[in-house]
Amino acid sequence: MSDVIIFKIDGVEVSAKPGQTIMNAADEAGIYIPRLCDVEGLEPQGSCRVCTVKVNGRTAAACTQPAAPGMVVENDTLEIRNCRRDIVRMLFHEGNHLCPCCEASGRCELQALGYRLGILQPDKYPYLQPVRPVDASHPDIMLDTNRCIRCGRCIRASRHLDHKNVFGYIGRGIYKQVGVNGKNLAQTDVHVDDHAVAPGICPVGCIIQKRRGFYDPVGQRKFDVNPIGTEIEKHLKDAGGKK
Amino acid sequence: MKSDQDLLITRSCSKYGNDPGRVIDILWEIQKSLGCVSYEAMEKIAATINTSRVQIEGIVSFYSFFSETPKGKIIIRLCDDIVDRHAGVEQIAVVFSEELGIGIGQTSPDREFSLEYTPCIGMSDQAPAALVNDVVVTSLTPDSARETARRLKANPDTSKLVAAKGDGNNGHRLINTMVKNNIRLKGEVILADGIQAEAGLKKALSKTPLEVIQEVVESGLRGRGGAGFSTGEKWRLAQKALASKRFVICNADEGEPGTFKDRVLLTERADLIFEGMAIAAYAIGSDSGILYLRAEYAYLRPFLEAVLEERRKSGLLGSAICGKKDFSFDIRIQLGAGAYICGEESALISSCEGLRGEPKNRPPFPVEKGYLSKPTAVNNVETFCCAARIMDRGSSWFAGIGTKASHGTKLLSVSGDCAKPGVYEVPYGVEVAALLEMAGAEDTAIVQVGGASGDMIGRRSFNRKICFSDLATGGAITLFNSSRNVLAIVDYYLEFFAHESCGYCTPCRVGTVFLRERIQKVMHGFADKADLEYLQELGKTIMITSRCGLGSSAPKCVLHSIAQFPLVYSSHLKESLDGLQPGFNIQKALEESRRIAKRKSMIYDPVFGNEGE
Repeated sequence: MSDVIIFKIDGVEVSAKPGQTIMNAADEAGIYIPRLCDVEGLEPQGSCRVCTVKVNGRTAAACTQPAAPGMVVENDTLEIRNCRRDIVRMLFHEGNHLCPCCEASGRCELQALGYRLGILQPDKYPYLQPVRPVDASHPDIMLDTNRCIRCGRCIRASRHLDHKNVFGYIGRGIYKQVGVNGKNLAQTDVHVDDHAVAPGICPVGCIIQKRRGFYDPVGQRKFDVNPIGTEIEKHLKDAGGKK
Repeated sequence: MKSDQDLLITRSCSKYGNDPGRVIDILWEIQKSLGCVSYEAMEKIAATINTSRVQIEGIVSFYSFFSETPKGKIIIRLCDDIVDRHAGVEQIAVVFSEELGIGIGQTSPDREFSLEYTPCIGMSDQAPAALVNDVVVTSLTPDSARETARRLKANPDTSKLVAAKGDGNNGHRLINTMVKNNIRLKGEVILADGIQAEAGLKKALSKTPLEVIQEVVESGLRGRGGAGFSTGEKWRLAQKALASKRFVICNADEGEPGTFKDRVLLTERADLIFEGMAIAAYAIGSDSGILYLRAEYAYLRPFLEAVLEERRKSGLLGSAICGKKDFSFDIRIQLGAGAYICGEESALISSCEGLRGEPKNRPPFPVEKGYLSKPTAVNNVETFCCAARIMDRGSSWFAGIGTKASHGTKLLSVSGDCAKPGVYEVPYGVEVAALLEMAGAEDTAIVQVGGASGDMIGRRSFNRKICFSDLATGGAITLFNSSRNVLAIVDYYLEFFAHESCGYCTPCRVGTVFLRERIQKVMHGFADKADLEYLQELGKTIMITSRCGLGSSAPKCVLHSIAQFPLVYSSHLKESLDGLQPGFNIQKALEESRRIAKRKSMIYDPVFGNEGE
């Protein structure tokens, strides 16, 4: 087998190394595939389904699907865009996402994806309005699982980067949520310097560091400066001359 | 007391080698002896088997048969399948409630009884049915339910509930149940009388493993669980994968609402199943197998263990099987704990590994990396039976039964509105209409082929055939006559999917809840045309984006029913004469302001003005 895998995303030829996923290859090629549960540095999980693409006509999650020679990947098509919009909407409506008063506003990946996909107002789905108690027991970290999107990034970061088990999935179906390894967060061995609670792991405002609220002024927040996906698409512009 | 509990936990853990992979067995022991797996118990287990408490909680909270809060010594689980609902399970619930003084979902203050609903327990042919701990009670009537409750109050020995034993092995002292087989039609492959014991295994062992695989490929045998993958190809892939160890798993997690044929096979064809598993093991080069038995069939476990033990004694399991020096193989039984999703092969593997029963990412497929990351062939109970018969009678015999593309016979679990519910072994290609005739079904309006995840068809489609190219099915055939409400059936199936979704992926976790919300809106007469479009679009998104078969089949009942019964839907849609959204009831919305303002609306009330004037 050759060391370079060549395949196409929306007609554009892309190369990948053996073992890379469609997502890895797309990122390197400067093609942005929207995602929420996948983040650099953690094993992909394939749970949010925002990165759904069609591979040779069948749907797959780009973050877990290995690249294979000659595959034809559909990413930015009307059908896929609609599906992604529906999934992002589902996440908005599953939890309580009140952007104007959320501390994560401006660096929230869910919010940023909403903008990118053109979701600018509440819509057709019903609100499930969970009323789970906020866990503010820990001196440095606060947990509001009403904003959790079940991406499991904190769980994986705690397990694989911190070598702890602070977080874990509990429950099933719509009751599935993130639990902590104690009666509350204060009883766990979590530390404010853990990867699991570092900014950028929780994509929404579920894990919040205390005493740091609203530190970036509007206009200078993460996604105000670089809307989501543009960092990856910049690769394409940088490589523009070569292509 | 505290130390008693700790002692029990350490004992249970060490019984399973303090292996986190056997945590489901450990939790079963603790649940049975303590009535729950409490926070403290989880901590103790986690410390003993070297994992974290939250991971144990993740498992306990995933499986319906485990509980964090104390349950009664006797748990009565009423089967809440749609067939049981139509057979009057609600009345049965009322009787139990009255007699035991507790509502559904409650435990009596003395912790003697818990009463709950549970999804299909595999007894749709003798509904309404219930599980009393592990004991099955069937064909309940309000009188027999009252009698059952009173007996239990007088004597908590649940085995005393079995008055009249069922037919066949149901009367075996190790099964001892009132469950009936209800075998209505014996086909020539599996249910035929006089099948020569172990003939398939012996013939297989006289061949090379590759010849065995070739024979199964040539027979055209495809998976009987519903997905229909070529069994021979599956074995070939598992055999080819480079590995030091391989596994054979039998999927006896028959959870599809309305199916019960595996119950009958486990009762009457246990040896044939194990024979098939041994053939698969020989073919792929495996020395260990697992029978994953759903918790609802726990009453069959002592019998199955005895059958395994007998096989070990007769040299049909263990080392040097049938004198074949290099072939050893043994089987253990893994009891499930109440999760429909575990019927999905990779979720079943997760469950065998002591994890939450969530499907795994594919690729890699189980044939490459399955149980404990080793190549694993997972097949349905019925598939193993077929494989054993193919080895005995030959691939061309098997290929000669059924249709050109669908070989052999299919076991169908027929239930619902018919005179003769039960198991029918038919050659592939049988028409639905012929099946209705056999089952003595009259005035049938809806046939659900394949259970909740299957196809819903109306009268226009009764000429369709049971086969892989038309109605491919795991075998549940649920019949509904014209008095049944299509929307209530669809609502039931959605309730089932929302309950059984593992919650891993967004579209299935959230989408199934949204589908049900909108179907209820239709049922209550608040929906308009736009809501049907909404249902269809949402259904499509869920089907396209879900991670496994549960999500991708959950919307089928909605989409099929809209296509097959458009008039039912249109008769429920609300005409919007006032131009307001149909879901909005202006009179209801105004009620509160009328009350607060103590006057009526100028626009919406014919006679307005202050109240009392």
